[in-house]
Amino acid sequence: MIRFYHVFKQFPRTGMALSDVTFEIVKGEFCFLTGHSGAGKSTIMRLIHMAERPSRGDVRVSGYSGLTIRPRDVSMLRRKIGYVFQDFRLLQDRTAAENVAFALEVTGARRNVIQSKVGRLLAKVGLAAKSEAFPAELSGGEQQRVAVARALVHDPLVLLADEPTGNLDERATRGIFELFRDINASGTAVILATHDMDLLRDNPATRIIELDQGHIVYDSAADPVAS
Amino acid sequence: MMPYALREALAAFQRTPLLTALSAAMIALSLFVLGLFGIAAYNTQQVIARVETRVEVVAYLRDDADGDAVRAAMLELGQLPEVRTVRYISRDSALQIARAEIPEFEQVFAGLESNPLPASLEVAMQSHQRGPEVVEAMAGRIEAYPFVESVRWGSEWLDRVFLLRRVAGAATLVLGLAFAVVAMLIIAAAVRMAVFARRDEIAIMRQVGATEGFVRRPFLLEGLLTGLLGAAAAVGLTYAVYWLLSGAVFELEWLPPLWTGTGVLAGVLLGVLASAAAVRRHVRHV
Repeated sequence: MIRFYHVFKQFPRTGMALSDVTFEIVKGEFCFLTGHSGAGKSTIMRLIHMAERPSRGDVRVSGYSGLTIRPRDVSMLRRKIGYVFQDFRLLQDRTAAENVAFALEVTGARRNVIQSKVGRLLAKVGLAAKSEAFPAELSGGEQQRVAVARALVHDPLVLLADEPTGNLDERATRGIFELFRDINASGTAVILATHDMDLLRDNPATRIIELDQGHIVYDSAADPVAS
Repeated sequence: MMPYALREALAAFQRTPLLTALSAAMIALSLFVLGLFGIAAYNTQQVIARVETRVEVVAYLRDDADGDAVRAAMLELGQLPEVRTVRYISRDSALQIARAEIPEFEQVFAGLESNPLPASLEVAMQSHQRGPEVVEAMAGRIEAYPFVESVRWGSEWLDRVFLLRRVAGAATLVLGLAFAVVAMLIIAAAVRMAVFARRDEIAIMRQVGATEGFVRRPFLLEGLLTGLLGAAAAVGLTYAVYWLLSGAVFELEWLPPLWTGTGVLAGVLLGVLASAAAVRRHVRHV
């Protein structure tokens, strides 16, 4: 479903962000993306999201190529990719429910669809009781749950999570991680960028791709011992 | 529930009411100038149209004019395509007309021993042949007949009306354009601020797969509404001036719907184009 073919990504000012990166994520897979800050985790996420195009090589996501995709198709593709961030990126002047509804509204969903879906998603992330709360009234973990609910509005093929627990305490982290496991169990692939070593240690059976200075230095799918 | 784009456009008005008011005011001023000129132009046109039906070339004939030659000339002139009618006024009827039209001089005319008025030919022009050039050419042609003493036509005031119209047109164009440019600059600034105020939303919209058209629509709508607001104000202002002048100073007619419609459309276009240009420049960098 997601394929990187010898991808290089160079930025004009900061230089080479990815060098010869090749990997594949299949439908329904759960994968950790790990490495130091600046190793290239976010660049991989942005390439999948088609917010960046590869300098060399090709990125293929759900049949689209990063080299040839048209702007309109980028919008359509993104509806199949959920994306959550360390800083949640919620709209502060909207309630939890409105934040989730926003994603549906701006992609042209109908009102009755929006209402039922928002309620269902907030229940799924365990926030049914706080749907009318504003982000400032929610804890970090709760805000991230709202962001996850928003990322799920279009039943995505894959959920990209860029350091989603970086601002959360241990308990909230575990809660969010369980939520990702649930989402993955219902068929959505999850790519979780993190440098939380505890998380990796607690989930030894999960695929890990480790990056260092733009290179893949370890991929457990290619490691005979791990697999 | 209002459509998203409309709700956001209205929210932008609330966020920056002063800029919106300024943009609308500039559009209004620009169209107001146009509206004033429109009223002036339209009414002059009406007056000219009314006066034009009277545009004719009057040829005063020599006293010794040969009747046959005059009749032949009348026939010849009557067949020209630009001529509507040719009328012969004898010396006697000229005197009668003068007496009837200027009763104050009755005494003067009565005391005359001989009729001082010449006979004349009145050549009326077809309705589409009344421009200064055509009339002047006709006058020249008539003057060439040997029995014609002199020719008169309303050339000078016609020329002056046409010139006035041209000068007023140029002034309006310059002033209107200046206001339009200022309006566009202010709208662009308003859109820029609106984009800045909504940059988080725009980023999230893109993140969740809103199309670029959807992202831009609220800003275009904002421009459109500003234009409409300005145009409405311009129509109101122009009508107020029309109302004040009409009756008090001149007898004026209000503009035909096509003219006002075109003006409103111009305002809307101005708003949309200004915001489209600003959106192109700023939304990309969010």
